[in-house]
Formats: sequence, structure tokens, C-alpha cells
Amino acid sequence: MSPLSKHLRRISTLAVVAFCGLLAGCEGLPAIGVTSSEGRDSSSDLMPGTSNAPKPLSPLSGKLTITGSSTVAPLAAEMATRFEQRHRDVRIDVQTGGSSRGIIDVQSGLAGIGMASRQLSPFEAGLTAHRIAVDGVCLIVHKTNPVMTLTDEQVVAIYRGQVSNWSELGGADLPVVVVNKAAGRATLEVFLNHFGLDNAEIKADIIVGENQQGIKTVAGNPSAIAYVSIGTVSAEVERGTAIRSVPAGNVAPTSENVASGLYPITRPLLFVTNGELNDLQTAFIEFAQSPDVTDLIEAQYFVPPNR
Amino acid sequence: MSPISLRLSILSRRTVDLIAGRWFCATAVLAASIVLLILVFVVREASSALSDIGVVRFLTDDTWRPTAGAKASYGIIPMLAGSLFVTSGAVIVAGVPGVLSALLIRFYAPPFLATIHRRVIELLAGVPSVVFGFWGLVVLVPIINRLHPPGQSLLAGILILSLMILPTIALTAEAALRGVPASYSSAAAALGMGRWATIWNVSLPVARRGILAGFLLAATRAIGETMAVVMVCGNIVQVPDSLFAPVRTVTANIAMEMGDAQAEHRSALFLTGLALMVLVALFLIAAGGPRRSEVS
Repeated sequence: MSPLSKHLRRISTLAVVAFCGLLAGCEGLPAIGVTSSEGRDSSSDLMPGTSNAPKPLSPLSGKLTITGSSTVAPLAAEMATRFEQRHRDVRIDVQTGGSSRGIIDVQSGLAGIGMASRQLSPFEAGLTAHRIAVDGVCLIVHKTNPVMTLTDEQVVAIYRGQVSNWSELGGADLPVVVVNKAAGRATLEVFLNHFGLDNAEIKADIIVGENQQGIKTVAGNPSAIAYVSIGTVSAEVERGTAIRSVPAGNVAPTSENVASGLYPITRPLLFVTNGELNDLQTAFIEFAQSPDVTDLIEAQYFVPPNR
Repeated sequence: MSPISLRLSILSRRTVDLIAGRWFCATAVLAASIVLLILVFVVREASSALSDIGVVRFLTDDTWRPTAGAKASYGIIPMLAGSLFVTSGAVIVAGVPGVLSALLIRFYAPPFLATIHRRVIELLAGVPSVVFGFWGLVVLVPIINRLHPPGQSLLAGILILSLMILPTIALTAEAALRGVPASYSSAAAALGMGRWATIWNVSLPVARRGILAGFLLAATRAIGETMAVVMVCGNIVQVPDSLFAPVRTVTANIAMEMGDAQAEHRSALFLTGLALMVLVALFLIAAGGPRRSEVS
């Protein structure tokens, strides 16, 4: 064999070994990319901002990753865009995947800030919650449904399957189609807590994931009832979608009633952090709680918390 | 002449083969190891569910309620049944029009019409699944709801999936029919057989294995489909008792719950994913057999 071909053979062998090493290396990093439904890139997201944390007086720079609740994400993305315009060297990535995902990512350091649309549970005690807005959860029915109000008892009866026809509630002779949320969703927890229901006793006809899926389901089904975030409902009603919100305990689900605390089914929208904050995290959270973003919160039909 | 091209020109043909062979080998190893690593990863993530909950509970629990704490149950049979019903229904519904459109392209349509029909089928194959799902949710589901509420149902899933796998069946059937030697149809013509008699007695029997392989490939696509199914199937964990009953498939379950799942729940979801991979592997083994023998 010629020296050249021997050389080439060694190179190609090396290449194969290098490939395998590369792959073995990847295997050591759990839960990056493979498990997230939205996909996130790996290495550079680890503890964003820490490696190049700016000195106190220098302008802000670096990268911040925010993950979590799909309810908070659109708002956080708007805030991030405005923040980036003011600080040219800052890059903020907002990714969705649910409140629990946000909390897990903050605990593991994958994200600098997590987004949650529910209170932190006692198991999540080590984390700090920063309230950026309040949202309500409301029941929705099809626009043509003549039933205008429902008492808490009626809602419980519907979701337990004890009422199966709208005529029993003064509506048309149509079977009630009960729409519930998938296990683990923040809206589900808020709903169950308020009505004192256990998810196991709910007799659902349809289970949906995101708010939008719930809205589309009710808009296409005159006999369906679902519950979704008030923010998304107001936006859809304005757009002419065939849905109508149902008052809870005679209080209309409006931003004003959520702000005043009259409306009973509410949840906080939180930024969640773990341990000491770096300058970038501090600055962004202060920005998100400042009057500078009130218009963004209101544009998403959420309510700025009383400060 | 540059030094590099000079050196290339003096490489023996054998050396070129050697370089190419090694390089192809390396890329093949890479591709294969990615699949293996995914499998290793899924098994590792599922291992805590396997050891703490055990396969028996996954097969005998009657429902899926992984977040209920002490009363949690992990039955995946209703969801496996959901996946299998939706998939087999879609293959049955798409099978006949798929094979018929292949016959149209091969035997009946004038060339320009055959080309147009082929292009349309290929276009159908390129429609993203979320578009099918959205269309199903806003158009198909309300129609089914008028027949029998709630609309989001096994039937809606079957119809949407059959649209999605129709191109796979039609295009593989067409390729299989094209693979039938021309001498066979010439012989049939020499015997005085008509067009339909030739198709029925000669072309279809000869292409049968290829067509069936297409059915199995379509089934693997249908069973793995997620987005469209989440939107139209209603996602209730139950073994459906009618076409109008909502079902939850294994893939829909993973898509809906993975974002919020923690600890045991998360591991259990990986185990359902593993179960699905095994099922798809069985499909592919079944599809691989006929395809090999078709070549001969």
C-alpha cells in the first residue's frame, strides 16, 4: 500500500472515531432539544449572561433565555423586543412550553427567567416569583347559545356530567359538549381550584391543549362549553370569533373586574428566578414591572398588578 | 497545474474508491448512531417509569391519569387502541382511492392529465400536517358535530389522516405498477385480454407486494402523526365505542402533556413513546419483507 493511501486511511479512521466521540458527548447532555416541543439550542443557553456579566457601570449586554407558560410568552416577547431596542447589546430569547417547563428550566439553569401563569407550589419554594400581570380564567360558550349566566353549582354539575342537555339550563335542546384542558395545564389548575373539582371526576367530551384550540373548538360547536384565559377571549371576541364569555358569580370577565379583584377566577402571571440575579436579569424584571410596559400588558388584555 | 489537482490526478482509482468508501462509511455510521442514540436516550428516560411503575401497570391500568398522586394510573392500552384504530381506519379509507388514482395515472388518463394528477397528489403530500389539522378543526369537525356531537372524534381523525396518507399510497402503488415488466402486458394483449382484465389479472397481482408495502409505509406515517390528530380527535382517553367517540392517540398524549410533565409523569410519557417506536419498528419489519422480494 502506498504511503499516501495509508495516510488517508488513518485520517478516515480518525474521522469515524471523532464522529463517535462527538455523539457520545451529546448523549451526556440530558433533555436538551430532544424533549422540548419548541426546540431550543443548547450550549450557549446554559446560565445566560453569567459568563459575560457586565461591570456595574458598563451598558447592559449578553443573552437572556426565558422559557415557560404559553400564556405569558407573547407578553414577554413584546417586553423583550422593547427592552432590546433600548439595550442594543442584549439578546432575549422567549420560548414556550408550559409553566412547569419554565420552572424546571430555571431550576436547572437552562433559562435565566421562567414564566409561570399560576402560583408557585410549595415544592417550588426555593424560587423567587415576580408578578408582572394578572389574568382571569373564564367560561366560554358559542355565540348563539342562549344561556347567559351560569352559577358555580351549574358549572360544577356540567363538568361532573350531571347536566347533559342545555335545555336543563334554559337553553336549546342540544347535548352539552364539555371541553376540558390537558393534565398539567395552568388554566386547568386555576379552574379546578376555584370550583373545588377533582380532574378525575370531570366527564369531558373533548380535551384540548392550548387556549386557541379551546376557542376554535367552541367557535365550531354551538353546544360546547370551555374555559380559557380572559386575555385571549377578549381578543377573539373583538375579532368576531363566534364565542361569548359567561360571567362568574354575576361578575363579568373584564379587565376592570380582574384589576379591582371583583372577578373571582384569577391567576398571577409570574417571572420566576432562582438565586442571585445578574444585572441583566435584574434590569429586565424591573423593566417588566415598570409603567413602561403597561400598554403592552393591556394590549394582551391582561391586567397590570397594583403596585 | 496546481499541486492539488496534480496530486489528485496521480491517485490510483483504488485510492479514490478507498476515500469514497471510508467517507460514506463514516456518514452511514453517523446516521445510524443518531437513531441508536435516540433509542438509548428514550430507554434511559423511560427507565425510571419501567422500574418504579412497571410494565404490568401500563398494560393493566384502565385509564391514564398520571398526575393524580396516590391514585395515579398509567394505562396505555386505550391510547394504543386509539392509535391503531385511527391508523387502520385511515389506511382502509385511503387505500381504495390511492390505488385507483395510481391505476388512473398508469392506464387510463391521457399523458397530460396523468402528469397533472401526479403533481396534485405530490402537492397533497407536501401540505403541512398542522394545516390539515386546522382545516379539520374549523371545517370537518363542525360538519361531523351536526351528524353526531361532539364532532371531534375517531371519524374526524380517520378522515384527516386518510387525506394525509393518500399520496404515499398512490405514489408507491404507481411505482409498483410501473415496475411490472412491459412484456407481461404485451403477453396479455397477445392473448386478447382487455385493459381492465389485464389490470385485474396481471398488473395488480404482480404489483401486489409493492402496493402492500406502500400501505404499511402509509400506516407508519399515520401512527406517528401528531399535530393534526391533536386538533381533531378530541383527546379523551378511552377505547372508542363508535366512530363518533373521541379518542386520544399515543402521539397526541405525548404532545399535550410533555410540556408540563415532571418526574414520574415525564418518564411515563417516554415509555409510551418507546411503546410507539416498537410498534413502528414492527410495521417497518413487515413492510421491509415484501419490498425486498419485489425487486427480484
